[in-house]
Amino acid sequence: MFYREAGDFKTSYRDDSQTFPIGFDRYRYYAVLAVAFAVVPFVIDDYWASAIFVPFLIYAIAAIGLNILVGYCGQLSLGTGGFMAVGAYACYKLMTAFPDLNIVFCILGGGLVTAAVGVLFGLPSLRIKGFYLAVATLAAQFFLVWLFNKVPWFYNYSASGQISAPARTVFGLPVTGPGVEAWAQYLICLVFAVVLAWAARNLTRGTVGRSWMAIRDMDIAAEIIGVNPLKAKLTAFAVSSFYIGIAGALFFAVYLGAVEVGEAFGIQKSFLILFMIIIGGLGSIFGSFAGAAFLVLLPVLLKNLLVGTLGWPTDLTAHVQLMIVGALIIGFLIAEPHGLAQLWRIGKEKLRLWPFPH
Amino acid sequence: MTTRLAPLALGVLLAAGPAAADLVFPDLSYRTGPFAAGGIPFSDGYQDYFTLMNERDGGIGGVKARVPECETAYNTEKGVECYEATKGDGALIYQPLSTGITYQLIPKVEADHIPLHTMGYGRTSAANGKVFEWVFNYPANYWDGASVVIKYLMDENGGSLEGKKITLLYHNSAYGKEPIPTLEALSKKHGFKLTLIPVDSPGQEQKSQWLQIRRERPDFVVMWGWGVMNQVAIQEAANINFPMDHFIGNWWAGAEHDVTPAGMAADGYKALNMNRVVDYPVFADIRTHVVDKGLAAGDGSNVGSVLYTRGMYAAMLAVEAAKTAQEMTGTAQIDAAMMRDGMEHLEMTAAKMEALGMPGIGPEFTVSCADHGGSGMAIVQQWNAGDRKWVPLTDFIAPDAEVIAPLIEADSAAFAAENGIAPRCD
Repeated sequence: MFYREAGDFKTSYRDDSQTFPIGFDRYRYYAVLAVAFAVVPFVIDDYWASAIFVPFLIYAIAAIGLNILVGYCGQLSLGTGGFMAVGAYACYKLMTAFPDLNIVFCILGGGLVTAAVGVLFGLPSLRIKGFYLAVATLAAQFFLVWLFNKVPWFYNYSASGQISAPARTVFGLPVTGPGVEAWAQYLICLVFAVVLAWAARNLTRGTVGRSWMAIRDMDIAAEIIGVNPLKAKLTAFAVSSFYIGIAGALFFAVYLGAVEVGEAFGIQKSFLILFMIIIGGLGSIFGSFAGAAFLVLLPVLLKNLLVGTLGWPTDLTAHVQLMIVGALIIGFLIAEPHGLAQLWRIGKEKLRLWPFPH
Repeated sequence: MTTRLAPLALGVLLAAGPAAADLVFPDLSYRTGPFAAGGIPFSDGYQDYFTLMNERDGGIGGVKARVPECETAYNTEKGVECYEATKGDGALIYQPLSTGITYQLIPKVEADHIPLHTMGYGRTSAANGKVFEWVFNYPANYWDGASVVIKYLMDENGGSLEGKKITLLYHNSAYGKEPIPTLEALSKKHGFKLTLIPVDSPGQEQKSQWLQIRRERPDFVVMWGWGVMNQVAIQEAANINFPMDHFIGNWWAGAEHDVTPAGMAADGYKALNMNRVVDYPVFADIRTHVVDKGLAAGDGSNVGSVLYTRGMYAAMLAVEAAKTAQEMTGTAQIDAAMMRDGMEHLEMTAAKMEALGMPGIGPEFTVSCADHGGSGMAIVQQWNAGDRKWVPLTDFIAPDAEVIAPLIEADSAAFAAENGIAPRCD
């Protein structure tokens, strides 16, 4: 009824090719942003920030990063945890080596270092594909975690091998270290998530994104029509790793404040983020957010429901929660193999015809 | 719908009513995952002692204790979530039983002003109360433990370890790496050769590590393990016929469930313990007032085991600190700041432990503003596989303060400089 193109006239090509051509979509997008920036920071408390919003936003950034590589460029990667570790450790080294450098630049620096490391580990993708590439990136995962455990320079020779984030501020407000306000922690992650998601959406709509998708769909055909596979694959690795590196830096500096590489950035993290994009939807920015929300929020929700409201024992809840989340993943994938993003797309198609479906 | 909602609303009211007048001791436990074997008995002991206080003594100073449990699975992210979920409830003290989670919580508790007690784990330099106002790790920490092991080995070897080879087999995490600086300092002082062999978490696979041990033939293997890693290490040591009495675990690698899977092969394995394990009179009270009434946190089968006793010991120290705080302030309904003061003035004497029905469970110690670390003493115990019992070999051994004090000073000074903390207590 109200969700349709009819009557929404576009008078320029620019208008016609915008991200949200349908008015209702556009206003919904602005409304979400307005709530996220203008309402949530005023009502958020420590629990909502540390248990829900901050991890959700950080995982969403990591999922967008991995989605660029796997969903848009078709290069399967299991090295996400290792790349997040690179971002975290690079950020830590920058924070401690240059105490006066603004934390935003440390985080961006962490992303850039990760992009370089990602390109390095992306080189084999020029020769190998599919599962073989997955194994090569798996090697990156184990090598990087081993490296950060083995070489004390990376953790500044601390006794425990942990890295912990010193206090840093943005515009005079602390965002890392002790005494951080929940809303400050939330806002810095939100700014990064929104800017990066916006950039990713526009990258994937442009030349670079189209060359990635061409490589994904059929690399030989892409090469014949003039897409340079070296450039396409390595830019995908670089951009993807940049995102994942930023997620790792935020994960360490803003969310946890102290990490231990084997525990925080192990192989489970790589799988978790891969599951996020599979459930959310490959090749979709919205899917990255949806997948992150599904895998971060659902366990917390179930836990609060089962322990908090129903008063179940905690161990039983932990086991049941695994079963429920597992069953839901299988259920969702059987019902819709293309993930939550596809469900959303179908929903929108139906909404366009509503209330007169043919 | 209304009929269903009514009892629910009533339940919420009932739960919320007395909540305001409770003393809250959150239990960040782990009953799932590769570390559950250690987490379950510890949590059972911790909760059962508070239940005993409520059932037998009518609470602590007349106020009931409440222990909300939250499952962390030894995972730092879940640990942070549990902390945030429970701290608003009036939490008096946190004991997460995880070095990784401790590192996350240290900056948070310093900001939120809730005491954190990491008994025999966590950040060792938190023993320096001048820098760490809200963190306590009495009665002992990892560096004490490392020093006690070396002291014990010195005594066994006629007072010298010159030229001996000692291997540290450690969980490759913050927990396992903690003793390394102390062992390195001690190796310089006493002239033994130290080899470090990490085991990646969780540690089900240790073939290559034990191959290396078999090749290098160290005189002693010291283990900093936890969870499934301990059982595997002891089995592997048995497989390569490593002499069990030359294999010493720390206090987190010396419980019944660590040695029983290897059967008779584990006979003679040694481990540290920071609390003695005998059949204390308090266990009888726990059986009568808690287990028999069906109020036990677990199934009651763990009562009296090593880690159950330690969990109970942890709860006892918290209760005694709360009582100290109640005496100091004259109010029964203490808050977290009062609890901290109580912990800082805690005195554990032999008479007190005897009165509580657990004579000699731990060493005597006092906590002060500058010293949050206690005496650091530990015993060495040995597994008797025939009787399925841990046999204490020594009395409480004091650590080498000469080596540890400067290390603690240096590490806490680095933390203070990084975080801009001005030392207190002067």
